[in-house]
Amino acid sequence: MESMLESRARQVRVLLNSNYAVAYAARDADVDVVAAYPITPQTGVVEKLSEMIANGELDAEMIHVESEHSALSAIIGASAVGARVFTATSSQGLEFMHELLHIASGMRLPLVMSVATRALSAPINIWNDYSDLMNVRDSSWITLIASTAQEVYDSIIEAFMVSEDPRVLLPSIVAYDGFWMSHTYEPLYIPEDRRVVSKILPRRPRYVLDPDNPITIGSLVNPDWYYEIKYQQVEAMKEAYRVIREADTKIKYYLGRAYEPIESYMAEDSEILVLTYGGAYETLQSAVDMMRSEGLRVGALKLRLWRPFPVEDLKSKVGDAENLIVVDRAISYGASIEGPAALEVIAAFYKGKSCPTISSFIAGIGGRPVSEEDFKGIVKKALKLGDKALKMGSIHWGVRGASYE
Amino acid sequence: MSNPQRTIEVRFHGRGGQGAVTASIILAEAAALEGLYSQAFPEFGPERRGAPVKAYTRISKEHIKTRAPILNPDIVVVLDPSLHPSTYMQGLKKDGLLVLNSKKGAKSIAEELSVGKVMVVDATGIALRNLRAPIVNVAMLGALARVLEEVSLDSIAKATLKAIFNIKWEGNIASLLEASIIGEAVLGNIRALNEAYRLTEVYIA
Repeated sequence: MESMLESRARQVRVLLNSNYAVAYAARDADVDVVAAYPITPQTGVVEKLSEMIANGELDAEMIHVESEHSALSAIIGASAVGARVFTATSSQGLEFMHELLHIASGMRLPLVMSVATRALSAPINIWNDYSDLMNVRDSSWITLIASTAQEVYDSIIEAFMVSEDPRVLLPSIVAYDGFWMSHTYEPLYIPEDRRVVSKILPRRPRYVLDPDNPITIGSLVNPDWYYEIKYQQVEAMKEAYRVIREADTKIKYYLGRAYEPIESYMAEDSEILVLTYGGAYETLQSAVDMMRSEGLRVGALKLRLWRPFPVEDLKSKVGDAENLIVVDRAISYGASIEGPAALEVIAAFYKGKSCPTISSFIAGIGGRPVSEEDFKGIVKKALKLGDKALKMGSIHWGVRGASYE
Repeated sequence: MSNPQRTIEVRFHGRGGQGAVTASIILAEAAALEGLYSQAFPEFGPERRGAPVKAYTRISKEHIKTRAPILNPDIVVVLDPSLHPSTYMQGLKKDGLLVLNSKKGAKSIAEELSVGKVMVVDATGIALRNLRAPIVNVAMLGALARVLEEVSLDSIAKATLKAIFNIKWEGNIASLLEASIIGEAVLGNIRALNEAYRLTEVYIA
């Protein structure tokens, strides 16, 4: 809380769930157009935004559409003519948007979307895991994963800052746990006067569709130029890293809260590090406290920035730790390592000067809780298996019928 | 119930429509108004009127570093007397407190369920008198305010106004009961809160 004192903006402490934190951030970002289709557990976001627009708290256009496919199409159009736009979704809704995800990023439109993460059908399951988010990892959207309602609020503001930067011009997703966060009320600080957000987030000129100054975007491109245009996206995604770090600095200056691509807790002197993402990072910290009191030199890492993947931050946070345990919340079926984040982590360490013993665990699928006891059990299992763990691929924690001896 | 070292964990039991989820949010809001850290979350799943509902609140002096479900609550609050004890007694700590909406005496309930700390209030009667509807959540919070040293009755009154009616009130409960600008629906809730606070029977074995 010391950092609050340095902040330039006066802030108020409010109790919100992460869905409402998203809505307040979109309001404070002064979005012009919102289009969304309701889906559990995201619905609270757009319900709150509808309320704000109806109350006159937010001067924006709410477009009621018949599907997520149309929701994203509508804001792509609105963004193409220069509006600041926003949508929110979960699970099947995100999958239904899939082809438009690529169109939005290919057209270099700075959309921002929140995703209250949820398992995928079938079988139908409304509860939390990160299968929906991980399925869209190759769609060229900058992706931040938050762990608290406070971070959700700040990340939405940050996402607009990064997406609209002329060096980037790519859309962003801010993800957080469905239910475990979307429906959990907790205190957070928001600016008392939202004009501070317009200072952080000035409107910047960019190429837009305008009948008086006609341009074309997203048209047919032959093999002689398509690759070069897509390569610009590769470079923009790389450039986004630097812009995100600049945005982190600005968020710290104006709002007093410091964020890093890889967050850490008790990591400096740790022999064992556990890395996860989303709300589970909170529980992991509490598990670290418990294991530390039992004499284990263990620390926690959180993957906050998923795209672009922060390779150097990861390496410097891991340092000399001997064991790195990655706990994923999604399954990449048939992959050599079925944990999506674990795959990235292993790739990051390939042929590095020092590489810890890495193991991959998958937990909390389809809303199954991940408790402190689970993290303790995972650490115990990883230490017992050592180098053998990764030879087994990913270890599916707590699932009936799987055995890893 | 004061313990600066740890988190207080409360579990609310009711039926869909009685306001158990809202009660969990009001309590978290009241704690936040006291400058404390808090969390409120429902048992996630399909919502159906009349079906058993669970909701949870955590209160702490420090940032709460867990999102795991509450399995061993310090306090269980039961909004509906028709729920079977096996549903709400599950996992209650050995020295935990049971707060029950009932017309029965606290001592007889303590003996019946073999639990050491019991508080009883006829929240249904209070709600019917003050709200003309069996919405008992705010009355149950009035009972709870009797034992929660960390959260005052005034804060719960303010949080009730904020959470249900989106009204910001700076004064205390006494000034609220006198206020002429406040409508009947709001006043009814505050009267129920106040009445439950006074009428709650406390039994400690």
